[in-house]
Amino acid sequence: MAYFTEANARTATEIIANYPRPKSAVIPLLHLAQEQEGWVTRDAMVEIADLTGATPAEILGTGSFYEMFKFHPVGRYVVNVCTNISCQLLGGEELLHHVEESLGVHAGGTTDDGMFTVEDVECVAACTEAPCFTVNYRYFHRADADTFDAVVDDLRAGRSPLARGAQGDDGHVPAHGTLGRLRQHVPDDRRAGVVPPEEAGEAPVWLRPSPATAGGSDG
Amino acid sequence: MAEPTTVHPAGMDYVPHAAGFVANEGPKLLTSRFPYEDSYTLGRALATGAYAGLRAALGRAPDDVHAEVREATLLGRGGAGFPAGVKWGFCPEGVWPRYLVVNGDESEPGTYKDRLLMERDPHQLIEGCLIACYALGLSQCFLYVRGEMALAQERLATALNDAYAAGYVGRNICDTDFSVDIILHWGAGAYIVGEETALIESLEGNRGMPRLKPPYFPAAIGLYGKPTIVNNVETLANLPWILEHGAAAYRGYGSETSPGTRLFAVSGHVVRPGVYEVEQGVTTFRDLFYGDNFCRGIRDGNDLKAFIPGGASAPWFFEEQLGLPLEARDVGAAGSMLGSGAMVVMDHTTDVVKACLRVVRFFARESCGKCTPCREGISWEEKILERILDGHGRPADLDLLLDIGDNISPGPYPVAAHGAEGFDAVPFPPQQTTICPLGPSAIAPITSALRRFRSEFEARITCRDSLPVQAAPVVEGAPA
Repeated sequence: MAYFTEANARTATEIIANYPRPKSAVIPLLHLAQEQEGWVTRDAMVEIADLTGATPAEILGTGSFYEMFKFHPVGRYVVNVCTNISCQLLGGEELLHHVEESLGVHAGGTTDDGMFTVEDVECVAACTEAPCFTVNYRYFHRADADTFDAVVDDLRAGRSPLARGAQGDDGHVPAHGTLGRLRQHVPDDRRAGVVPPEEAGEAPVWLRPSPATAGGSDG
Repeated sequence: MAEPTTVHPAGMDYVPHAAGFVANEGPKLLTSRFPYEDSYTLGRALATGAYAGLRAALGRAPDDVHAEVREATLLGRGGAGFPAGVKWGFCPEGVWPRYLVVNGDESEPGTYKDRLLMERDPHQLIEGCLIACYALGLSQCFLYVRGEMALAQERLATALNDAYAAGYVGRNICDTDFSVDIILHWGAGAYIVGEETALIESLEGNRGMPRLKPPYFPAAIGLYGKPTIVNNVETLANLPWILEHGAAAYRGYGSETSPGTRLFAVSGHVVRPGVYEVEQGVTTFRDLFYGDNFCRGIRDGNDLKAFIPGGASAPWFFEEQLGLPLEARDVGAAGSMLGSGAMVVMDHTTDVVKACLRVVRFFARESCGKCTPCREGISWEEKILERILDGHGRPADLDLLLDIGDNISPGPYPVAAHGAEGFDAVPFPPQQTTICPLGPSAIAPITSALRRFRSEFEARITCRDSLPVQAAPVVEGAPA
């Protein structure tokens, strides 16, 4: 039985069509699988292998290199606390300690109710706003224990904490797996078209000598 | 010539909707739209001159556009600082198709600029990509955005959808015969993918491990074995301005060898940390850390202990180097690099052993495992530093740290001059026994901290001997 839902199967086809070779779509498709179920299952890898002309082992081989892919269930919200140098200097490790204490799990663990997974992560590119943490990759800058507690209260109560974050966003935090809440769609009537490496033998049309460009090139 | 820059109105220094960005006074070639709350929309972009650089490019021959960029001496902003116009020239003649891969996998600790550029002004980046594709005849563009940057992905997706609909991307751009697709691609969390050949491996659906060199540049053999240009987000974001105003105007900013402006992210113990757009060459580290227009000094009036001038991979600098200009050549000669424009400032309260361990741990975690010296060496270094920090260090450990480092990066490692200890600067870059520079980068914090603050490491080691040691109590009747 097919792994992807009907809608996601359509998205998968659309993603693959963007690349000259289907295997390039492996990482985007692993994200799609994670969006569907929160983590990457064996069935998902088998289906992605089918779609991209690879073997399931190759899909696991690629996927396991990247730390965002989870091959076991994780919490609805993945809390990433940065402890790298800029955050460390301003209290990132103390923040992580508070997160671990207040949720009752060590970094890498998930709370019993399946709500939160805590991770001790490397630099998330918010160094001037240290210390910071993210929840499902939504940023909370210049955070302290109170910020974190308020975010947890919001999430447990079903409210969006994003207004407390860096994005000034009144949307919601999607469950773990969803990154961008919207996608790029290349409209067929505007598509320039993929150029497979083995096909194009000559320069693209705008580089070829023509009345419009011949005068300036090689000049 | 039209007014080339926008100077932010005074008083608008911290821009709440662009957290981290500080609109200091000075030329704004890259961040002129940031103060607008809706800077990321097509409407705002068009109202403020977006795609004018593209139109200017389309009105000229592709070779001319390439020549203009070469003339501007636009240095790559990803870390290595290689001139973009020269890199573009490495594509072999007559081999088609060629691809563009945009390196938006910003992960170097301390670096926070590409995320801002993607979140705050996606159309500027898209325009830059189009100009590069037009100039070099690149058939398809892949915009590789770091996986963790969800908002940047959303903003770029929206911007691309709008730009396609408005005729700026896709087939017959601006009603010319120039056609190219820009595909938004998400990464999934791996620092090493910022290395350009690893980026290509990742884009081909593989583990992100760097490829063997040569060829040194993927412009020769890159994505799917075809000529591929890999450029950093900030590098490409400069192109619209250069094409609109010309290379000569661009060279009017900054210094002869480092023209233009750069985004520098200053973090750590400064009063006003932030991302600043700074004119290169004419500004010094002291201006940036202490200037009223910039970071306004060290917190609580503390003393400076050390600073990292260009991301975690850069050897550390100290008080003596504060007078250096923000200029790639000068900083390189002094023993470090401006790298990705990330500065981390440490005041005198900083525990350097702890800071050193944290940076080394980063490289140990992020080593891809392809080369033995890096895979085995850095995690060994991490363990040694851990035991020193925990009070279990051995006297021979300090030399062992340097010896292991010498196996990853042989020969004298780049270091800032230190008059008191009587040694001169060793210029950047380091030697390497590995395929990519990740391994040697891990040695930077060790060499820097150990050569300058050896006594602090020694104090951690000898503190073990000074602990009170008590003889075990004598128990009656116990075997001797």
